[in-house]
Amino acid sequence: MRKVSAKPSGPKRPLLSPLLPKCPTGIQGLDEITGGGLPRGRPTLVCGGAGCGKTLLAAEFLVRGAAQHGEPGVFMAFEETEKELKANVASLGFGLDDLVRRGKIVVDYVHIERSEFQESGEYDLEGIFVRLGHAIDSIGAKRVVLDTLEVLFASLPNEATLRSELRRLFRWLKDKGVTAVITAERGREQLTRHGLEEYVSDCVIVLDHRVNDQIATRHLRVVKYRGAMHGTNEFPFLIGDDGIGVLPITSLSLNHKASNERIATGIPRLDAMLGGKGFFRGSSILITGTPGTGKTIISCNFAQAAARRGERVLYFSFEESPDQIMRNMHSIGLRLEPLVKKGLLRFHSARPSLYGLEMHLATMFKEIAAFKPHVVIIDPITSLMDSGSDSEGKAMVTRLIDYLKAGQVTSLFTSLTQGGHALAQSEAAMSSLMDSWVLLQDFEGNGERNRVLYVLKARGMKHSNQIREFLISDRGIDVVDAYIGASGVLTGSARAAQNALEKAAVLAGQQEAAQLKREVERKRKALERQISDLRSDHEGEALELRRIAEQVGTRTLMLTTERTALGILRQADAKVVASPQSKPRPGRKDG
Amino acid sequence: MKPPSRAVKAKKKPPPPRPAGKYILRLFVAGATARSHQAVLRVRELCAAELHDKSTLEVIDIYQQPALARTNQIVATPTLIIEQPKPARRFIGNLTNLTGLAVELNLSTKVQAAP
Repeated sequence: MRKVSAKPSGPKRPLLSPLLPKCPTGIQGLDEITGGGLPRGRPTLVCGGAGCGKTLLAAEFLVRGAAQHGEPGVFMAFEETEKELKANVASLGFGLDDLVRRGKIVVDYVHIERSEFQESGEYDLEGIFVRLGHAIDSIGAKRVVLDTLEVLFASLPNEATLRSELRRLFRWLKDKGVTAVITAERGREQLTRHGLEEYVSDCVIVLDHRVNDQIATRHLRVVKYRGAMHGTNEFPFLIGDDGIGVLPITSLSLNHKASNERIATGIPRLDAMLGGKGFFRGSSILITGTPGTGKTIISCNFAQAAARRGERVLYFSFEESPDQIMRNMHSIGLRLEPLVKKGLLRFHSARPSLYGLEMHLATMFKEIAAFKPHVVIIDPITSLMDSGSDSEGKAMVTRLIDYLKAGQVTSLFTSLTQGGHALAQSEAAMSSLMDSWVLLQDFEGNGERNRVLYVLKARGMKHSNQIREFLISDRGIDVVDAYIGASGVLTGSARAAQNALEKAAVLAGQQEAAQLKREVERKRKALERQISDLRSDHEGEALELRRIAEQVGTRTLMLTTERTALGILRQADAKVVASPQSKPRPGRKDG
Repeated sequence: MKPPSRAVKAKKKPPPPRPAGKYILRLFVAGATARSHQAVLRVRELCAAELHDKSTLEVIDIYQQPALARTNQIVATPTLIIEQPKPARRFIGNLTNLTGLAVELNLSTKVQAAP
């Protein structure tokens, strides 16, 4: 049977321009992966198991083509009637009915039932060609969907005829110049159950639906795209309210703008620690901490500060309901309701286990796109990451941050660390994505737990290297200096005790100094007294000396006078007379 | 599974009673190909030989009337539809093998061999 297909088919190729012309699908993300869309004027095979979204992808390709790109299309359905198809895609917001009425789309349901006919000789499938040709010509269709041709294999017994007819059909489609999407069931050992990939060789897309840890995720992979570069990875995709959304793991470029604007955190002391001005706008902030360290409180403070500046804040909560958060914030004097009422703050709460990571991400993207927030808070990112594998989680955060940064949205993530290990591995992986990282920690001691925070990193700004204690009171958060000294970091009552101790020590010192001063004063006074005593002694002696000297002088004078008188009396010579001062001192000569 | 069971049924009824009603046959062909030609010829022969004046045959070229291909759910060509008597039955192919057709129409087995 396969011999038919082994022959060179030699389909007529349009002359290749340097760039293969592409036909945009309009499906979110798919055009990004394929670099612009499906190959124009050629058939594309979309295969996958049941429930993968083949029909939906095909239908969206057609509807978007007709509605957005001005390319009418023909949907040839082999499995669903026109009515069923319309109903099915209507739930996704595709206005198929309207497009059919306006002559933009033709739906042709091909009913073929093995039991309703008998084979009585040779035949061909000209019926399909004619119907397709007629439908294409009637609306000038540029796009064609055949969903699912393999029904024919079950209905028509002559496989050789069928295969040769299919070969002819694909060649005919190419000659017609329509961009076709052909869906097919996934086979066991080959891409499709009936080997349709042999006929459609220009572009093959495989859809897959896998269950991992009880959470199902759809994946899309471009297996083959002849003549064009394409993303070869498996990309998760979602079927949401507005059709299919393929999520490329990361945007290819890393060129978002960086703002110089700084935004306050709502906690003045924390701002002070961040160079006095707070975080950069559009940066990603990570707040990690063990349970009960106040991550949510800091987040709410940040949210309130932003909303008070008039910015829109979107708060994704994965652990608490909005009501619960607001009630809890009441207890520290943080009133969020008015901000919610004003439409500046919006909560979005969901259980992490509600659906897979991809769905969460898509929901978040959608919420963000709808609300256009300035600040996005995700509390906590860890419980979200737990619902997927590590690599998936990291990929998700990367995509989210990329998406937010592209829109200059400031993002704050809280992350729960397990007790004991402040830097768990997941944080280490995630931290490289973050611009700023504030760590909250518990200090246990003296029969109490105290919270401290420090800024682990803050890209592009001067930041404090100090550990600060922060107190949560009914007036909110208060960041205070922790005691840091020889005996380590002291917080809480130990810090208070230490403060008291220091005060006492200072007081004691002051007292000692005063005492010393008094002592010195006393000594000085005593000394002065001694000095004055000595001086008065000395003065007395000097007086005495003078008195003696005077006496001696008087006596000498008297003596002289007497001697003169005596001399006069004895008529002696004047030479004999000598004053008492000029008498030689015998002692001096010896020393 | 169905054709054999019908065959058995037919064998069990030895005198095939001719249905009294009219036969309305519609043959869909695609262009003037050899296969179309064969099919038209075979049906005409059959009508002339077996159904005589009780049959009406309409030959439709879907190239000329493509809209009818859709309304009549034509996939393969040639397709012969026996509209009357009810229920409607379909035969695809150029009618080289008429056994099934003969059984369906409760004809005698004369028209078996293809020329």
